[in-house]
Amino acid sequence: MDYSIPTINLSVIGPEIIILLTAVSVLIIGLFPNYRRWSISIVFIGIIFAFYDIYYLWNLNQVGFDGMVLADNFALLFDIIFLIGTLLTLLLSGNFINQYIRGTGEYLSLILFATLGMMLMASTNDLIVIFLGLETLSISLYILAAFRRSREDSLEAGLKYFLLGAFTTGFLLYGIALIYGSTGTTNIYSILNFLKDGSVEIGILFYIGMILIIVGFGFKAAFVPFHMWVPDVYEGSATPVTAFMSAGVKAASFAVFLRLFITGFSPIISQITGILAVLAILTMTVGNVIAIVQTNIKRMLAYSSIAHAGYILVALTALSRNIESEFSAASIMYYILVYTFMNIGAFGVVIYMEKSEEEVLKISDYAGLGFKKPFAAICMTLFMFSLAGIPPTAGFMGKLYIFSSAVESELYGLAVIGVLNAVIAVYYYLRVVIFMYMKEAVLDFSYLSARPVMALSLSISVGGIIYLGIFPQSLINLLTNIL
Amino acid sequence: MTYLWLIPVFTLIGVVLNGLLGKKFGDKFVSWVGPGAVGLSFLISCIFLFKLVFDSPTGDSYIQKLFVWIAAGNLVVEAGLILDHLSVVMIMVVTGVGFVIHVYSVGYMHKDPGYARYFTYLNLFIFSMLILVMADSFLLMFVGWEGVGLCSYLLIGFWYEDKKNADAGKKAFIVNRIGDFGFLIGLFFIFIEFASLDFESVFSMASSRQIGDPVIVAITLLLFIGAVGKSAQIPLYVWLPDAMQGPTPVSALIHAATMVTAGVYMIVRCHVLYLLAPLTMSIVAVVGVVTAVYSASIGTVQNDIKRVLAYSTISQIGYMFLAVGVGAFTAGMFHLMTHAFFKGLLFLGAGSVIHSLSGEMDMRFMGGLKKYIPITFWTFLIAVLAITGIPGFSGFFSKDEILWNAFDKGNPILWVIGVFTAGLTAFYMFRLFYLTFLGESRFQSEKELHIHESPKIMTIPLIILGFFSLFGGYIGVSHSLGGENHFKKFMEPVFRNSEIIANSTSNAENSLGLEYLLMIISIIIVLIVLIIVHQIYLKRPDIASTLAKRFSLAYRVLLNKYYIDEIYHTFIVNPFIKISDIFWKIFDVKIVDGAVNGTANVIQSAGDKLRKVQTGYVQEYALSLILGAVIIIGYFIFR
Repeated sequence: MDYSIPTINLSVIGPEIIILLTAVSVLIIGLFPNYRRWSISIVFIGIIFAFYDIYYLWNLNQVGFDGMVLADNFALLFDIIFLIGTLLTLLLSGNFINQYIRGTGEYLSLILFATLGMMLMASTNDLIVIFLGLETLSISLYILAAFRRSREDSLEAGLKYFLLGAFTTGFLLYGIALIYGSTGTTNIYSILNFLKDGSVEIGILFYIGMILIIVGFGFKAAFVPFHMWVPDVYEGSATPVTAFMSAGVKAASFAVFLRLFITGFSPIISQITGILAVLAILTMTVGNVIAIVQTNIKRMLAYSSIAHAGYILVALTALSRNIESEFSAASIMYYILVYTFMNIGAFGVVIYMEKSEEEVLKISDYAGLGFKKPFAAICMTLFMFSLAGIPPTAGFMGKLYIFSSAVESELYGLAVIGVLNAVIAVYYYLRVVIFMYMKEAVLDFSYLSARPVMALSLSISVGGIIYLGIFPQSLINLLTNIL
Repeated sequence: MTYLWLIPVFTLIGVVLNGLLGKKFGDKFVSWVGPGAVGLSFLISCIFLFKLVFDSPTGDSYIQKLFVWIAAGNLVVEAGLILDHLSVVMIMVVTGVGFVIHVYSVGYMHKDPGYARYFTYLNLFIFSMLILVMADSFLLMFVGWEGVGLCSYLLIGFWYEDKKNADAGKKAFIVNRIGDFGFLIGLFFIFIEFASLDFESVFSMASSRQIGDPVIVAITLLLFIGAVGKSAQIPLYVWLPDAMQGPTPVSALIHAATMVTAGVYMIVRCHVLYLLAPLTMSIVAVVGVVTAVYSASIGTVQNDIKRVLAYSTISQIGYMFLAVGVGAFTAGMFHLMTHAFFKGLLFLGAGSVIHSLSGEMDMRFMGGLKKYIPITFWTFLIAVLAITGIPGFSGFFSKDEILWNAFDKGNPILWVIGVFTAGLTAFYMFRLFYLTFLGESRFQSEKELHIHESPKIMTIPLIILGFFSLFGGYIGVSHSLGGENHFKKFMEPVFRNSEIIANSTSNAENSLGLEYLLMIISIIIVLIVLIIVHQIYLKRPDIASTLAKRFSLAYRVLLNKYYIDEIYHTFIVNPFIKISDIFWKIFDVKIVDGAVNGTANVIQSAGDKLRKVQTGYVQEYALSLILGAVIIIGYFIFR
């Protein structure tokens, strides 16, 4: 056979390369204790360069590596979301880094490797590269989850995550293999052409492959019934890691879903609308119902993040029914961005409140916070409002868009169930607010000192949800245009 | 005109600064930021006023689209601001009078524990009011409409520790909700009918409709319900007298000068619609004139100085509705403006009186204050002369124009009631004046030691408003009095597209002589009333009580405000409470609570049970994973 060297266009993965180089540098710098304190600045500089490169690549629609990697606006937009999540997490990690000062290099580079994995997942056209990105992401996260290796729960979190993650990787790989077997390709466009062609009948194995892929990413995005790892892992990991996982992994999985649904599987995707709808209902309801009885705020947020995956799944269901609907896709991306702000923000307040590790995590510990630490409390209130979907926060607009996309696709029942779920969710979000403002303080909050960097991260998140809540239209227009 | 947003933005900055930092930086900071923000808005408004007058010979309006606010399906709402000859009048009144009252508040609210909170609310009010008058669509106007309602509620119940104040706030809010409900339904109608909420497009589409189009009539009536609530007209006026529980500058700003006139502004803004609905117009005029005479009659016997002024406000707004109801929109706006001056002044003067007497509001315990508080006395006198319509003062010109228009474009009966109301107005205002400032002092002597003129920061605003109450009317002197009526000319561009107004300018047979005659009649009536009051309240104070005894039934009816509050209580509030009680006990407790608690319990226990699934065993997690996948695949294969 005749092999030619594929055209490589390195500038396509410019942002990825920058993040990779940054990660490697901080890993090396971490070996020299005297220079360790510089590493966080290097990370920020790297992220800024990556942002600049994204700005440079915007609208260029570059393709490289023989069509395997592409830097279209869709990929770049998700890169931006991932980097925002990373940035906000790192701003919140100051305390954690100080506690594990010897692990600074590892911590920072693992976060960056995970980010790199997410970016790869969003900017590829090939199932193999998606898998590569996913594994880069997952392996970094397994280690991050177990990062506090002196603590039993952290090790348990890491191990559970690893075992189950490895288990689902099997599903995913098997799915990819089945698809390759029935179409002869792993390239998403070629799959699309195969499906459109119609000369070969699409066998059941293809469908099974597709479902296995959905199961694989459904695990990462925490769809019920593949969600069981979420509470244990979220609770056991250090809170900054939890914040990072909750936003980033979900975003990356949905980026893959969108890419697969809109291009690769688009001719036949309407056949699984029913399955997706059932998953959406299960995910929303189980997440919300169990969140109600939680007393630990990290667990509560873990179940809430499952519920939010359910809301996004509603829009994904709507999209599968009406694949031409740019509005559904735009609402998914809008929600993911908003979710990044509000969820990392909420975890940010939790990080701020943590006395030492794993203390002050009960919801009742927040009693009276509104009078002692008004800034933190007002931020938390806004994040809770946004998560619950109360205007004028962006969470409200996000839910509005998601449920209207369901209505647009004539999935009225699903929209109604979604709205009912949002009502249930108000209960446990507002409970935090009630504790903060309507109960007497039980704790003495004098251990809390001002943390300007953390305040910056919280302010960015608050600014994000308020701005996007009041002026959502410009972003929605942008999102509709990039598809 | 891309800088229209500058007008409201400073007040919003004031809200943020005072709301977040006011407590930290202390009262001095608040005193600069609060009035300063409104002052800056006022200065910028002046610049825009000059631009409009000099740069726009054709009288065009300026619309600045800020951003697309909501776009969902066929509902596209752009947030935009409008500056035309109508909104600029409101802007000037709101920022100008607002600024003066802010300055006054610095003295009046001195050392109040809620100082920063007070100015935060007050700035928020100015911001919402500016949004209301500058909105270029019904929806944005509604945002301002609700915003001012919220601020009104917050400020009426400002001293919420006292339950009476909190109740008054609630009453205002609930009564306003009834009106707002009508307004909102009106908006739905407009959207269904015109598929837009933008003023420009709605009005241009509407102007091709037939006169008397039932849809337009319905829309205008519904919008009018909103105006009735906000502007305290019959039957929704009951909240305004109680609203006097708030700080006095608030009464001056919100419940006299600006917010309560929003209904009048709204009708003038929608004049295209109202002119197509003659039925609504006559209802507006009748409601206006009946409210005017009705609340003026209540005002004649009240003893609380602020309550008299509250009923007077209701009555004066009735005049404005009378004016717009007969199609004299300019006259209505003119009276709105002069009323803002003199009624703002009356309230601030009353505030100064109350301040000097350490909180006394009952006029029976006042009297002879002239020598103690001369500046308040003289400025108050100007305001009284203005509101009673003594020639030369601002109120004379505007009220005279309304009465003439009522006769000319409306109906002589409207004129008769209007003039009768003018007599009543003269009565209660002179009565208030005599009881407060003249005659013997009736307050306890120990209080005398504290009586003092208010500080400069309060008296200077009085003098400023006094100046405008005296001279503010001269921009609108009508032709019959040899004036140019600059105000009418200024407002003309607003109405140039409404031919109907042009057609109904004046009945030819109503001559100039008749106009003079009517004017003189109303002046004579006011003067006669003045003499009567002088006799009763200065020379023979016993007459008042004799009269009250002789006509005790009428007196008691008036004193108790026609028992309307009681009637509402017996026939609306109490049945409502009873029905609510029944609903509460049967429907709410048993069914709803049962259902809610039941659901909550079910969800809680479901949560508890589901939580148990979360055993922590990784094998079981893997099992659920694989079961899930198998079920999905199985379903897919065997469906």
